[in-house]
Amino acid sequence: MDTKKFISRYTPNTSIQKNEMLKKIPGVTTVEDLFADLPSNLINPQLNLPNALSELELKNEILATSNLNDTPGEFSSFLGAGSYRQFIPSIVRQITSRSEFMTSYTPYQPEISQGTLQAHYEFQSMICQLTNMEIANSGMYDGASSMAEAALMSARITKKKRIAVLKTVSPSCIDVLKTFLEATEIEIDLINNSTSLNPDTACIILQQPSFLGNLEDLERFSNLAKKNDSLLVVSVDPISLGIIKPPGDYGADIVVGEGQSLGISTTFGGPYVGIFACKEKFIRQMPGRIVGQTLDTEGKTGYVLTMQTREQHIRREKATSNICTSVGLIALGTTVYLAALGKSGLKQIANLCYEKAHYAANMIDSIPGYTVVNNGLFFREFVIKCPIPPKEVNLLLIKNKIIGGLDISSDVENGMLICFTEMNSKKEIDNLIDSLKNIQAT
Amino acid sequence: MNMNKIPNEYHIKKQNLIRKLLMDRSQPGKIGAHTPESDVPKQQQLPSQYLRDELPLPEVSENEIVRYFSQLSQFNFSIDHNFYPLGSCAMKYNPKINDEIASLPGLSEIHPLQPEESVQGALKIIFELQGFLAEITGLHSTSLAPMAGAEAELAGMLITRSFHQNNGDNHKTKILITDSAHGTNPASAVMAGFDVISIPSDQNGNTDLEALRSAINDDLAGLMITQPSTLGLFDTNIIEICKTVKDAGGVLYGDGANLNALLGRIKPGDLGFDIFHSNLHKTFTQPHGGGGPGAGAIMVSEKFSQYLPSPIVRHSANIQSENNYSLTSPENSIGKMGGFHGNFGALVRAYSYIKTLGKQGINQISLDAVINANYIKSHLQEYYDLPIKRTCMHEVVFSASNFKKLNGIKAIDIAKRLIDYGIHPPTMYFPLIIDEALMIEPTETESKETLDYFISTMIQIAGEAKANPDILRNAPHNTPNSRLDEALAARKPNLRWKKK
Repeated sequence: MDTKKFISRYTPNTSIQKNEMLKKIPGVTTVEDLFADLPSNLINPQLNLPNALSELELKNEILATSNLNDTPGEFSSFLGAGSYRQFIPSIVRQITSRSEFMTSYTPYQPEISQGTLQAHYEFQSMICQLTNMEIANSGMYDGASSMAEAALMSARITKKKRIAVLKTVSPSCIDVLKTFLEATEIEIDLINNSTSLNPDTACIILQQPSFLGNLEDLERFSNLAKKNDSLLVVSVDPISLGIIKPPGDYGADIVVGEGQSLGISTTFGGPYVGIFACKEKFIRQMPGRIVGQTLDTEGKTGYVLTMQTREQHIRREKATSNICTSVGLIALGTTVYLAALGKSGLKQIANLCYEKAHYAANMIDSIPGYTVVNNGLFFREFVIKCPIPPKEVNLLLIKNKIIGGLDISSDVENGMLICFTEMNSKKEIDNLIDSLKNIQAT
Repeated sequence: MNMNKIPNEYHIKKQNLIRKLLMDRSQPGKIGAHTPESDVPKQQQLPSQYLRDELPLPEVSENEIVRYFSQLSQFNFSIDHNFYPLGSCAMKYNPKINDEIASLPGLSEIHPLQPEESVQGALKIIFELQGFLAEITGLHSTSLAPMAGAEAELAGMLITRSFHQNNGDNHKTKILITDSAHGTNPASAVMAGFDVISIPSDQNGNTDLEALRSAINDDLAGLMITQPSTLGLFDTNIIEICKTVKDAGGVLYGDGANLNALLGRIKPGDLGFDIFHSNLHKTFTQPHGGGGPGAGAIMVSEKFSQYLPSPIVRHSANIQSENNYSLTSPENSIGKMGGFHGNFGALVRAYSYIKTLGKQGINQISLDAVINANYIKSHLQEYYDLPIKRTCMHEVVFSASNFKKLNGIKAIDIAKRLIDYGIHPPTMYFPLIIDEALMIEPTETESKETLDYFISTMIQIAGEAKANPDILRNAPHNTPNSRLDEALAARKPNLRWKKK
């Protein structure tokens, strides 16, 4: 590209037009006059950026860069641990790609945002139905930040200063929790099944299924929380709720979770959508955006962002959270996914994950040198103990075009957290098992 | 009367058909997606006490879902269809190539926990974008971990806190924030454990230096300032402000919501900022998506680089390969802001945008944005009150107070009337220090023709406000809903579908 005469295709006004416009601006002769307020000794610095690329050059270059990655699809993948590769019906991307949704602003102007607002009301409804909770907001940044906001909200509600987190919660969620609580008076207690609760505990946070894949005893923790006047916060894998009893059935106070598995591609970790649902009585303490149904001046039903007096643009330093731009489009994708899969589809997807994981677990457990560590019930993820360090197992697997599970050897000796979804065919699973056998043999 | 109009009852029927909620459309037995049968032998089921009784999700066919959401989408204004003169939001064109690149399977299908050697392409993109943004802002290093601007602010405040504590300055507990700042600033500072003090602006829209000096005590932790300010003005006291704050041991935090006005013209780091954030969904064209996702990059000077949120991508060329990128955590990192590595999809779009424009194009953005804003200002200042009469940067703030005095017409009425003319309302009632504020930001991507149409519409509305104020009070007139009762929504919250 001839960069000397570079014209951006995103700025429509020609230099002749710009000169005409400048003539209409009093007291200005050149464009530089408009920047007269800037310190003259610092203006127009050298900008050490690459040269502009044409669309063709750019596409070829980034395609080449993307080819440096080993991509699930070309590789079979057994990674989960909070991000899941699931089948995404075509209509999800088709609808979220509509520019009316993709290029619209946050729906502060409800008369021209009914599309986004009604879709987000649908999202809130389906999240409530999935989790069996009373209310939900229209989404948080991701599952981890959603959990951190739940901890802060629990402390606000109970006026207590400790958060009890089960050790089996995802380590990355615990890391985010630490960041968000760092500057507060709130302390984190990492607990296990037998730890007794401090009376100053605002909430118990657990993950269902746990990071290691196990189904936790929600009944027990629900009772424990009640006895201690603490709230119960449950982080869910929403796909599991296709078959597993939802936290609302156990009296959970707040339900959070990573919504990515509901129709959003893994995208190297984001953007995702955090699920946030709770009991109705906590509505004024809830963070994030909330859509409500109301009437217009003609008496017609419509939707608005509501309870905005909780939010930073009204309450500033007294807001329930600093959240502004959230994840509207991702929540829309999730809504379309849940609509498409519906009652029978989500159940079937959950069943497929369950069946494949249990098939694989039985097979792997029978390979000499490998053991399935989980001794309780699990959904679609479990931990295997490998005969050699998992990092080495993964290096060998990738040669067979297999992306193995997550190396958790820092927690479980030679442990690998492995995950199965409907995307893993029996052939892929059998291939994994054969490869593991061979690794064992070498 | 227009004889072609359909009978009113059909308006209602049509509306009801389009707006019927999914659960009300649901019929037993309909499916929206075919799922495969299991190809593995049947496994033992979970014990029944773990299984849910019912799954109350809708049952709707695929084509009904597509029709429903497509019809809903048409109720939205969007950048592809409408002009958004929305101050401090930089609602510029979102290039289509960015979306196409972000959906390349090699970028959209990769898993965040894959071994580093299997995601070198993704890490290369993050690494290069870190460098581009550090260069553009004139700062030392970048973290792309925050998932929105407000998270970047929180990160910046946590960095400020850690920095002071590491120096044994636990008594530094106050953050000064200019009164024109976004609401996220005080909310973020409080989340990071600080007390907030508001600093007024002076008559010229600059930070009041006297007020700043008198607010500075031993407990000063830092100052959060938006440059240019949300008045659309470059704070000409900035060098003095930086010096004053730094001499008192404070950290200078820049809210980069308005970075668009500075691109290529001046580097915030050169002005003296220690920490500066950028909303990639504003300046760097990540589509706004009806309220996100965004991404918040945070850039810092060298002495704060070891505090950045993790991960940071580092590069060390070795003999085997030029691609040897890795995810690292800085030595005194404030920690993780999200489950994984930030909103990668948004990062790819920003990367693609910067590569498309290059140094030649990035330089032009602010020129065009500032010409467009001043062109609007010049034409409208005789019709609308201009509280601060200076050359503006990327946006101009008018006040509807002259109309309010005349006949009670408010900023919101003018804004809602713009909808009838196909234009998104400007930002209203912000900044808080301007009565009946109308904050107009055209961005660089709007043509002169669009600006001329907007200007003539604003003049037309100014006339209507005097001659026929009710037409403004009742606006908008042609939207799926007229003005909605927000008080009712808050008083009787209805936040989800319920069985009738």
